[in-house]
Amino acid sequence: MKYIDEFRSHDLAEKLAAAITRESATGRDYHVMEFCGGHTHAIFRYGVQDMMPANVHFVHGPGCPVCVLPVRRLDDAVELAERHNVLLCTYGDMMRVPGTKQRSLIRAKADGADIRMVYSTQDALKIARENPDRQIVFFAIGFETTTPPTAVAIIQAQKEGIENFSVFCNHVLTPAAIQHILQSPEVRDLGTVTIDGFLGPSHVSSVIGSQPYEFFTEEFQKPVVIAGFEPLDVMQSTLMLLRQINEGRHEVENEYKRVVNPEGNLKAQSIVAEVFELRSEFEWRGLGLVPYSALRIRDAYAAFDAEKRFGLSEKQSREVKSCECPAILRGVKKPTDCKLFGTVCTPDTPMGSCMVSSEGACAAYWTYGRYRSAQPEKSSKKGIAA
Amino acid sequence: MCLALPARIISIEADGLAVVALEGIKKSISLALVEDVTVGDYVLVHVGYALHKVSEEEAVRTLAMMAEAGVLSEQLEEIEGAEA
Amino acid sequence: MNAFDPSITDNANKIDMTHGSGGRAMASLIRDLFHKHLVNPHLSAGNDGAVLELPPGRIVVSTDGHVISPLFFPGGDIGCLAVHGTVNDVAMMGAKPLYLTAGFILEEGFPIPDLERIISSMAGAARDAGVHVVTGDTKVVEKGKGDGVFITTTGVGVVGDNIRLQGDLARPGDKILVSGTLGDHGVAILSTRQNLEFETEIRSDTAALHGLVAVMLEAVPDIRVLRDPTRGGLAATLNEIAQQSHVGMILDERFVPIKPDVAAACELLGLDPLYVANEGKLIAICPASEAQSLCDVMRGHPHGADAAIVGEVVEDQANMVQMRTKFGGARVVDWIAGEQLPRIC
Repeated sequence: MKYIDEFRSHDLAEKLAAAITRESATGRDYHVMEFCGGHTHAIFRYGVQDMMPANVHFVHGPGCPVCVLPVRRLDDAVELAERHNVLLCTYGDMMRVPGTKQRSLIRAKADGADIRMVYSTQDALKIARENPDRQIVFFAIGFETTTPPTAVAIIQAQKEGIENFSVFCNHVLTPAAIQHILQSPEVRDLGTVTIDGFLGPSHVSSVIGSQPYEFFTEEFQKPVVIAGFEPLDVMQSTLMLLRQINEGRHEVENEYKRVVNPEGNLKAQSIVAEVFELRSEFEWRGLGLVPYSALRIRDAYAAFDAEKRFGLSEKQSREVKSCECPAILRGVKKPTDCKLFGTVCTPDTPMGSCMVSSEGACAAYWTYGRYRSAQPEKSSKKGIAA
Repeated sequence: MCLALPARIISIEADGLAVVALEGIKKSISLALVEDVTVGDYVLVHVGYALHKVSEEEAVRTLAMMAEAGVLSEQLEEIEGAEA
Repeated sequence: MNAFDPSITDNANKIDMTHGSGGRAMASLIRDLFHKHLVNPHLSAGNDGAVLELPPGRIVVSTDGHVISPLFFPGGDIGCLAVHGTVNDVAMMGAKPLYLTAGFILEEGFPIPDLERIISSMAGAARDAGVHVVTGDTKVVEKGKGDGVFITTTGVGVVGDNIRLQGDLARPGDKILVSGTLGDHGVAILSTRQNLEFETEIRSDTAALHGLVAVMLEAVPDIRVLRDPTRGGLAATLNEIAQQSHVGMILDERFVPIKPDVAAACELLGLDPLYVANEGKLIAICPASEAQSLCDVMRGHPHGADAAIVGEVVEDQANMVQMRTKFGGARVVDWIAGEQLPRIC
């Protein structure tokens, strides 16, 4: 597969690993936050951590849209499917995420709710065209990457007059979340979380460009390297970050130039701006209310806004009390710090979102951490990522 | 997050759709979010939409940069080895 | 697509409740469809059960329910799948499969021509595998209470006294072999799934494997474990064996055979091919000293042409399956949590 296999080459990986070892041989520790779950996934799936020196630590960030969706919004989606008798379409990622009392979409489906997994917003539109007597709601989640396809569907629905289609919008914005993490007391004042630099989002940046990150490097004096999701991209970007840290620089560098340019995809941006506007605040699981961190549907397209079409009830949404997903998403705690981890909470019986998504830190630790514990001689040599 | 893959456009269809190929897998996608793409181009595909063209030139450059980092590291190793 | 589209045929050509009622309609369905295609003396005798002659050896019995959507898929259909699935389960015990029984649950409104296609495919698969469908049963459920057709088959076979294949016999040092490329069946099914459609030339690998098993056991009688990695794929099956045998396993990704198109489809949908289903592949575990000769024998058989040694059994109290990645790192190949769902992030 062109542009994929080359970026998984073993030979280059060994060379980069040697270069990283050399660059990091300074006697200090390096804490690199990979914002995106895509990076987390690559680090675990390819065993990138195994090739890193012990003093280079990956701190997993909140960049997994499944993980950061607050329970309340998931409960709303379940309510739409169950109480308002809509045909709810969503991406496969959301099916198993537990809501209040562990109620997930897959359980609602088992109880008779009509919930369909789709691959694309185009599929949701198709279902709406084929079922003119039903109300079709697309449960939209995702960052800037996934937002433009939702906008296209809404514009198309208006053009074609597909009146039985609406969108339950949960699209969120990455720069707002990064800023929130950097401003959090744990990072800024208390120093309980050390972040020396960021591996910046790759596919989000294909849409928004590399410019939005300039602010962080100036304001917070932390380097950012926009990094592709293949394992060599992660290694090369880590090397670039280490160099910046060692040289005392804090710039936005772009390792993923094959897809990301400074201004991003202008056409996609204008389509998003046509349909969506900023919410003044939005709740993120783990981060709490984050100002200007999410999008809602503009009045001009209000007819396609499921929140307006169906009066959603006030509800008492509750996370499992001792679930540490929130702290884990902020990088404050490790999955192994959670009392539920590996006992009542496993991928088979997830209590929190971080155990569901294949990009979630808990799911990754569940497999990787156990592997580590089975390899004592190795973990003592290299250490486990923070 | 955001599973997206580079795939080659093999035909452009009506209604802003195109067919892309990844090895022998062919899938219909929407071109609504990109401009100026033609058959033969590689595009980044996410949830059934092309998000961005993939630049061959930049891909080659990035791979060269990776190889160089390794080579540089090896050379430094040798120099230091000789000094020691 | 599901071939169960009632609009394409008229009522006279569809299953209705009388076909399961024990009356004349049922008798004619059995005679005209089942006996016509699955012809053999046991079935034609029309008795409630079959009295079977068995060669010397121990009897192996296995049963499997088959539900699949769509019923007709690239490379096969539920009919041949119902034969292959059970024949393979019997074969994985080292036995020669001889007889099958078949229970059909039909949904009211199911087109009879489609049923005939399924039964004819079943008959062809049984003929090729050298087994007879000796007794069967048909029930009809109301519309909406089934998914077209469900088929349960039970297989009977005989295994020689010298053969002992069990999931708890894997020992540290043993080698792990697979008989060919992984994930073909699951990807072929996914390619037809509504809302996921993609075009591919990948076809289901559904096949009867007892022929392959026979040559393998002849060459290496002390194979320790044979198993077919169906649901949950290679990953689930190896985890099962690791737990049964109280051992760990280490795979080498470089040698795990996966077709480029299967790998591509999995990339596209965010799936891991190690967890994708197979219907015509087997996993063998044997002593290291015999692994290469076993692999050579497998490669000489049409169903084992892409056979490979993919890993080894190790001591591990945690009974984990791990894999050295092509990239150069290591990862765990864990049990799957529920069905693998296509993902976007």
